[in-house]
Amino acid sequence: MSTAVDSEPGARQGPARSGLVAVARAPWWVRYALLAAGLVVALWLPNGLYPAVAVDILCWALFAVSVDLLLGFTGLMSFGHAAFWGTSAYVAGIVAIEAGLPFPLAVLTGALAAAVIAVPIGYLAVKRTGIYFAMVTLAFAQMIYYVANKWGTVTGGENGLQAVPRELGGMDLTDEYYFYYAALPITVLGLWAAWRIVNSPFGRVLVGIRDNPARARALGYPVHRYKLTAFVLSAFLAGLGGGLYVMGHQFVSLDALHWTTSGKAVVVVVLGGIGTLWGGVVGAGLLVRLEDWLSFSGFEQIGLVTGAIFVLAVVLFRKGIWGSAAAVAARWSAGRGK
Amino acid sequence: MAGRALLSARGLTRDFRGFRAVDQVDLDVAAESVHALVGPNGAGKTTLFNLLTGFLPPTAGTIELAGRDVTGLPPERVARLGVARSFQITSLFPQLSAREHVELALQSPSGLGWRFWRSAKLMGRYRERADELLDMVGLAELAEVPAEALAYGRKRALELAIALALDPKVLLLDEPTAGMGLEDVDRTVELITRVRRGRTVVMVEHNMSVVGRLADTVTVLQAGTVLVEGPYEQVRADERVITAYLGATDAAH
Repeated sequence: MSTAVDSEPGARQGPARSGLVAVARAPWWVRYALLAAGLVVALWLPNGLYPAVAVDILCWALFAVSVDLLLGFTGLMSFGHAAFWGTSAYVAGIVAIEAGLPFPLAVLTGALAAAVIAVPIGYLAVKRTGIYFAMVTLAFAQMIYYVANKWGTVTGGENGLQAVPRELGGMDLTDEYYFYYAALPITVLGLWAAWRIVNSPFGRVLVGIRDNPARARALGYPVHRYKLTAFVLSAFLAGLGGGLYVMGHQFVSLDALHWTTSGKAVVVVVLGGIGTLWGGVVGAGLLVRLEDWLSFSGFEQIGLVTGAIFVLAVVLFRKGIWGSAAAVAARWSAGRGK
Repeated sequence: MAGRALLSARGLTRDFRGFRAVDQVDLDVAAESVHALVGPNGAGKTTLFNLLTGFLPPTAGTIELAGRDVTGLPPERVARLGVARSFQITSLFPQLSAREHVELALQSPSGLGWRFWRSAKLMGRYRERADELLDMVGLAELAEVPAEALAYGRKRALELAIALALDPKVLLLDEPTAGMGLEDVDRTVELITRVRRGRTVVMVEHNMSVVGRLADTVTVLQAGTVLVEGPYEQVRADERVITAYLGATDAAH
């Protein structure tokens, strides 16, 4: 939660703070080196992986970061984020088919639709906390799932939306390799937006609300309204991911709205590290790659593996990959400083 | 000292599942006075605090702040109207530094907290004032330390700093010296004496010497009702109070 202004040595007194804080407090050259490394990996990705998998990683990175914005930075565990991912996927697909919009505009429309439905859902959900919040979000996601299932004339029902066009100014984007590079700027913008939100005055208030909502209210902050705003912003980012997902596959089915999709997003965040933001990106990369590898090897019970990974992450390294790495780095630099 | 009432309650009542924690309390806190609430454990002091700050809605009764009905307003609205409180059990943001706490409190009345598209560095505009407040409560050296790493007395001091950062008309302090050593108690009394100028202070306090040094008016609560109210000297000489509560404390002097 800190800024460069605060990152003098004195800032490291006391116990280690959460992963993001640890990185934010790292020297500027460490932060730029990490950023540069991330961009290099992002630019290289479809050369090292099957490009369709690389596109999926981008989508899931956005989705994970959107979930972490709530889970890690607002203290709200949404178990219904498939509602926003899936709604955006359907809306983006429909406007691409019906209106022939260029794909970035279709994705944006989908994300805005996700943000719009997040307003009433969030309004009701943020009045609850903990498991009750999770249950309310799950209930709404299930409602949307059933509506999409019954409303077959629009959503294609069990067949899903087929042959979603992928168009941008007459460019040929049928090759997944090129589509990846068209999708990358949208992803980077979405991730930058998440970073900006977390490192804004608003983000500072969210952390306060996460850590002590009663104290935040006593300071005059309307906690429900802040949580609702965070919820809508998170839904928008999840919608960016879902919109890119339908463009990547040129197809969307009810799976996108299924509760297991919400669950997988939470698994990705836990694996990467709650409250670390970039951990979700790393988690998305690993889990999407692993699932692809498993299904390519003909392994059927992918859920079993992701479930086992979730349990291992919770039991063995609760800070996730990013959080654990940041803790090790912080200890190393503290040891060196003495 | 006794001016018009800035904060007043009429018939304030709060039930918890059949148990009446606060029962028909009338309270008038004079502007720019220090008003102490005392009474044995379970007398309803903290519940009364939670009612006055909007953290609990009353079962019955009304609360007025400067002539305005504030009954049933949520805590953030009450805070915005100029009522700041501290908590009996230290209530901070464990991961934020002392300075970040005060900056967050200073930012609250502005709209800056909504700017999710701006950099948190903008909060640096509060830094100077934050450091002044930290200096005032003796935390200047510890501005960068996360709250969870502060010693108990320091945490209480930080509570006071963030309440003051709101520049409140009414300052409600729930046991500001609880669990403090003598030295910290003296420092806190001195600090409250300094900051009370131009403000109205309501405090729950068990330490009678602190009450004696600070309070203009003392309200003694027992079993959720007002037992006695008046200046400290008068209250402490009151037979009912001696029987109910003060007797044991005075005998110890």
